[in-house]
Amino acid sequence: MHKFIRRNIAGYAFLLPWLVGFLLLAIGPILASLYLSFTKYNVINPPRWIGLDNYVFMFTMDDRFRKALSVTFTFVAISVPAKLCFALAVAMVLDKGIRAIGLYRALFYLPSILGGSIAVAILWRQLFNYDGVINALLRTVGIEGPYWLADPNYSLWTLVVLAVWQFGSPMLIFLAGLRAIPQDLYEAAEIDAAGPVRTFFAITVPLLAPVIFFNLVLQMIEAFKSFSGAFIISGGTGAPLDSLLFYTVYLFNEAFSFLRMGYASALAWVLLIIIAAFTAIAFWTSKYWVHYESQRG
Amino acid sequence: MAGVTLSEVRKAYGGLEVIHGVDLEVTPGEFLVLVGPSGCGKSTLLRMIAGLEEITDGTIAIGDRIVNDVPASQRILSMVFQSYALYPHMSVRKNLAFGLTNLRMPRPEIERRVAEAARILQIGELMERKPRQLSGGQKQRVAIGRAIVREPQLFLFDEPLSNLDAELRVQMRVELANLYNRLGTTMIYVTHDQVEAMTMATRIAVLSKGNVEQVGTPYELYNFPRNRFVATFIGSPKMNMIDAVATSGTAAFDDLGALPIAAADGPVSIGVRPEQVAIGGEGELTAEGTVSLVEYLGSEIFVHVRLASGRTLLAKADGKAPHKLGDRLPVAIRRENLHLFDAAGLALPRAA
Ligand SMILES: Nc1ncnc2c1ncn2[C@@H]1O[C@H](COP(=O)(O)OP(=O)(O)OP(=O)(O)O)[C@@H](O)[C@H]1O
Ligand SMILES: [Mg+2]
Repeated sequence: MHKFIRRNIAGYAFLLPWLVGFLLLAIGPILASLYLSFTKYNVINPPRWIGLDNYVFMFTMDDRFRKALSVTFTFVAISVPAKLCFALAVAMVLDKGIRAIGLYRALFYLPSILGGSIAVAILWRQLFNYDGVINALLRTVGIEGPYWLADPNYSLWTLVVLAVWQFGSPMLIFLAGLRAIPQDLYEAAEIDAAGPVRTFFAITVPLLAPVIFFNLVLQMIEAFKSFSGAFIISGGTGAPLDSLLFYTVYLFNEAFSFLRMGYASALAWVLLIIIAAFTAIAFWTSKYWVHYESQRG
Repeated sequence: MAGVTLSEVRKAYGGLEVIHGVDLEVTPGEFLVLVGPSGCGKSTLLRMIAGLEEITDGTIAIGDRIVNDVPASQRILSMVFQSYALYPHMSVRKNLAFGLTNLRMPRPEIERRVAEAARILQIGELMERKPRQLSGGQKQRVAIGRAIVREPQLFLFDEPLSNLDAELRVQMRVELANLYNRLGTTMIYVTHDQVEAMTMATRIAVLSKGNVEQVGTPYELYNFPRNRFVATFIGSPKMNMIDAVATSGTAAFDDLGALPIAAADGPVSIGVRPEQVAIGGEGELTAEGTVSLVEYLGSEIFVHVRLASGRTLLAKADGKAPHKLGDRLPVAIRRENLHLFDAAGLALPRAA
């Protein structure tokens, strides 16, 4: 054992900064937040143990919590499928062999790099303003655009569009998946008189299922966690009329606007459990629709 | 059942032409084998007939219909791929039924055809398995099954046996031949294996570098090759080739002696098949040499005889012949067994 450590000491030395960071910055806060979720804590006074009160309040009395859940679920339910469909559609076009494909891939991926940034959220806000570019464009074809951001009926849609616009990373994964489907299967299907739609649903989708599944789980988690867009566009409050009250925005408000750290911690843990549950459901259903080309299953 | 007519068919990838104006007439109900060395364009030609590859120039007709602009799905043909191309996520049954469902055939008819194919190919117990649970030979049967359920007017095969081991290959060859005899449908079969070509074909088309060198029955190709390429490509082991120069009606084939030949002055060559190099027999060309290698095949042996000039002649002899390494042997070739080729490699009338 001693020799083992001595031989590998350099390795551990290199690992140390990360390990320290991991313990201090990740595990530590995670455990601390679990503890805090059972307390009342306003940062100024020391945390006071209140048992399950935070959770009880959340599930029985907190209307804004319910609103936040409904906004977030709606967002996930619309933006994830929309984004995956769009990403797959673009990947299929690119797969058909466009010249200078590297350039296109970079161009299409760019929004994904930019999309999460504050600057783009601010830009988005400019675009969808009542006097913004989108409405100016609509006006040129004679359509009077609504108050995209101020009207609670539309505000969530601007964020869905923002999410779909960041289709780059699932698109690249789809593209790799499409490239992995043997060409001769498409040729066999062609000889077997399958039209394009039939080929898509009978060949492409089933053979792409593992990739679809992977993207679905990843994008779902990302959508549940999405924050900066809603935060910037709603001015940090979830306005208008709480229509952009994403779960994360609500959590942020509880923690840093109202300094209810204990309650915010409880909210964070509930979100974690929701994400874990949805991921588990996805995995559980996957055995009915995901075909893996391996010896197992 | 339908014939296929190719006229002046060309194919170019980018600027590079790989099929140079092929004319080929496949008569209804025949088993035509396209054979040639790797890269000569066999697959390309087959895929153009299938409709998987665009035709750069010329016309292809299936039956009376010119199909240049007809998509693969409407050409009413089946194709068996070298890689089998079975749908990995579908059971054997679904693999067989897939094409028929696409044609919106009634259920009972689909079931009848699938069951019939399963019976012919003896894959009844495999129907619920996925392709990955099948051996190579079983996959091959399923691929053929998928082709026959369609009851097409034309079958296309692209090296369907090349992924199988030698024994299975022989077995499947027989099965395919039986299938052909039973269905009587036109088949076009691509292979680079001339034994497969010889044993299965009613006619063979020999391809080289995007050109058809000769079309004929196996007998015609073996006995009357039109040029040097066909002569050496068909037949195993290869035909012996001996170069010479013709001067005023005779040519000297070094150790073997000289012969009067009907060729213009210039380089010529003669070819002779190993079974026609007689050890110790009679012939117009004779020489003596040393055995440099004996290949024993049981019923026959191949004897490599090195002549004084350093040239090696391959002779085929009975398996019981006593020849062994280092023996000195006389060899003889009869004039009527010679193939004569001119400078361009074209066959001249049988040695006059
Ligand atoms: N998609 C393509 N793009 C460019 N050239 C191609 C393409 N497909 C085939 N070729 C070229 O066309 C020629 C004929 O190819 P083909 O696949 O028909 O040969 P083949 O006779 O089937 O050979 P093999 O016995 O190795 O399968 C080759 O020189 C090949 O490099
Ligand atoms: Mg080929």
